[in-house]
Amino acid sequence: VTATGCTASTPPILSVRPSRALVDEAFEVLVENLPPVSPFTLRSLLHSEDGDDWEAYGRYVSDHSGRVSVSEDLSFGGTYSGMEPMGLIWSLRPVPGSRTGLRLRKKDVTTPMLITISLYNGHEDFRDNSPLVSMVTERWYMGPGIQRIEITDGELRGALFIPPGPGPFPGILDLWGGGGGLLEYRSALLASRGYVCLALEYFKTGQMKSTDMSFEYFEVCVTFLLLHLFSESVNLLKWTFHDFKSSLFYIKFFLCGVCDALVLFLVFNKIRVDENNHQIWRDVGLALLQEPSMKVDVAKINCPLLLVNGCDDQNWCAVETADDISKTMNAAGKGHLLTRLDYPETGHLIEPPFSPHCPAGNIIMYSSNQKVIQRYGGKTKPHSDAQDDSWRKILSFLRHHLYCSQKAKM
Amino acid sequence: MDEKRCCVTLSVQPSRGLVDEKFVILVQNSFPSSLLTIYAHHQCEDGYSWHAFAHYTSDATGAVNVSEDCSTGGTYSGVEAMGLLWSLKPVPGSKPGLRMRKKNVQAPMVVTISVYSGHLTEGFEDQVPLAGVEVERWYMAPGVRRIPVTEDGLTATLFLPSGPGPFPGLLDLWGGGGQLVEYRAALLASHGIASMAIDYLTCKYTMETGKIVEQDYFEMAYKFLQKHPKVLGSRIAMLGLSLGTSVILKMAVHSQIMKLSCAVCVSGSHVQPMDGFLKEMVDRYKNWGSDRFTKDNKVVWRDLLLPIPTDLSLKVDVGKLQCPLMLIVGEDDQNWCPHESAMDMKGMMERAGNNHLLTLLSYPNAGHLIEPPYMPHTRVSNYRDVLSQQKRMVLWGGQTLEHSRAQEDAWRKLLVFLRKNLYSGVKSGSLSLSNL
Repeated sequence: VTATGCTASTPPILSVRPSRALVDEAFEVLVENLPPVSPFTLRSLLHSEDGDDWEAYGRYVSDHSGRVSVSEDLSFGGTYSGMEPMGLIWSLRPVPGSRTGLRLRKKDVTTPMLITISLYNGHEDFRDNSPLVSMVTERWYMGPGIQRIEITDGELRGALFIPPGPGPFPGILDLWGGGGGLLEYRSALLASRGYVCLALEYFKTGQMKSTDMSFEYFEVCVTFLLLHLFSESVNLLKWTFHDFKSSLFYIKFFLCGVCDALVLFLVFNKIRVDENNHQIWRDVGLALLQEPSMKVDVAKINCPLLLVNGCDDQNWCAVETADDISKTMNAAGKGHLLTRLDYPETGHLIEPPFSPHCPAGNIIMYSSNQKVIQRYGGKTKPHSDAQDDSWRKILSFLRHHLYCSQKAKM
Repeated sequence: MDEKRCCVTLSVQPSRGLVDEKFVILVQNSFPSSLLTIYAHHQCEDGYSWHAFAHYTSDATGAVNVSEDCSTGGTYSGVEAMGLLWSLKPVPGSKPGLRMRKKNVQAPMVVTISVYSGHLTEGFEDQVPLAGVEVERWYMAPGVRRIPVTEDGLTATLFLPSGPGPFPGLLDLWGGGGQLVEYRAALLASHGIASMAIDYLTCKYTMETGKIVEQDYFEMAYKFLQKHPKVLGSRIAMLGLSLGTSVILKMAVHSQIMKLSCAVCVSGSHVQPMDGFLKEMVDRYKNWGSDRFTKDNKVVWRDLLLPIPTDLSLKVDVGKLQCPLMLIVGEDDQNWCPHESAMDMKGMMERAGNNHLLTLLSYPNAGHLIEPPYMPHTRVSNYRDVLSQQKRMVLWGGQTLEHSRAQEDAWRKLLVFLRKNLYSGVKSGSLSLSNL
């Protein structure tokens, strides 16, 4: 197929709708006014906060009316193929020549991710060519009107997100994993979906060992969150951790838990490496599962629990853990509380929809402060589908138990 | 906990949209068949409060979809997806004669949409809604660049679309109120057209010298666009409202320098003294004599150019026009007589044999201020006419529902017209096609 000269006197028309969207929303990319039945490449480009460039691209052929619609047409290849309306986002990967072990994570959620979508002539390498047309689209974690409050009292560190409107809203305590630090983006997105959400920095990166992570610590955090849900007093922000601790009282509040790849802490001598020298940690978990003293007694759980697992998780043995939990809860007559979603060819980092799949990433070892690359697993397309599906199921689980349930009690 | 309140959810998609994009407002999880009021509130840049509201009954699942369900009362009724925007009115007790116009186009218009229990018509501030969200409406799409222009003696703002370009260009003219009004040009740039809003009545030149600009001011603006590296010099259009129309028609027919791809004239007329230009028009308006007033003291200026003269020295000879022309007129325009002018222009073009260039959109019950869609209809407002230096309560005309429909229809057709004339390959060189 020969490339057609797309002259400046017949400019193609590119549209991305909506041009400003939340990160879990789909968009439609449409190109019109093209020469008919001609090859073109659509490319997305994102310059991350860390200074790396990420790109995705698909190869298309215009129809007889001179149109390419990413929602309806087939990509003939690129970083994704087939009919993939959001392929330009979920298949984003670092451009050739980038540093290794990169993971795309937004730190500043008050600004959007800016993605430039460009159209190039032909199916050959576009890197040395100028695009025919391009436009910028914004992808936001925070919806309009969401309030972000930084919490910086000593032991209580994080960011609280409050939706607009009169409330009251159900609350969510959002906890990330072994990397530590403060990650706000999922909380911002959950607030955009109608929840007061606290992204908690329960230990700083590299300081896991020296941080208080007692059960009581988390109870205080939950109390903090609960008081915010029902109190309109902004004075709560002046309370210290100790104020919350001393006002700790047992409320029979309605809780449900969502666990993405449940992690239990402790022993780490079962780490192995793969052919790329990336660390595989899944055997650590398998060893721990054999030790009853290392396991939370899930028979005592009294609230609905959703477990989301990747079958190709190379970091934690999520499926085996879920099996173990399921066995214990069933034996205790609590099986009806448990829902599990096991996604084939899906890795450890099951993130909000359209987040680029990270099969291996840099992490600072909490025991030694050393930087290593951990293998997370998963194949890009199934992993991306899993992110999309699991997010919808998580939102519907949360809505069912926190918004609509007739069993909601104080 | 009030269980009922905790359940109701309200969503608006998209939550951040362009001002001419539709949204979908959805209420869910209310009690089935419950009476609900959906309420919109906006505080404009001048600090005034505007609101709109509509009465709905949720269905058997407890849902309301504003795009599909019928409003049974409020500031609009019937099935109106965008009614909460176009029916916005100043809240009771506001200063009369307000008009909503965005000055800072780099920030969005923020509207709060809430849902209340029951069918309310007032007292919204005293009640706690069941739910509320914020919606942003933008004139500028992401990546659009705003560039103030002061070269060549111009007072203008250029909006460049996102991307490498080059882009078709457009000159955007408003009417007798003067000022540099940017929002329509910003919105057109969001649709891929490099658009320049021009101030031609209160521009730096006029403020400093006291003189009204001549034809060469507009030709300078045209040449600025033509030589701009991001603009396709052979694809430039003009769009104008009211007095802006007068300028466009004169330039389109008589300028040796301007070769327009097409022109769009909204709510204007071709009637003007041919032996002069703006200055002569200004003088003519100043010496009009007494104004006509309605019973409630609003000034009506539509008679000023009537009857349409037969003398060709008093109107632009559109029979000589060589580019496609779109005329958008409201038949209830109380400020100018665009409908009568359009009929006369149509006749002239039929007799000259160039009427194939004409697209005429004439809207019953639409008034003078035919603006981009979903913005509130202004039937009457406080107005300071730069030409006559008078401040009056002016009747623009139009009935809100039909005027709002006209704005939506006209804008859509205007964009198609611009796209066809600015983007088509008809005038260009050969286009090579290839087959698979």
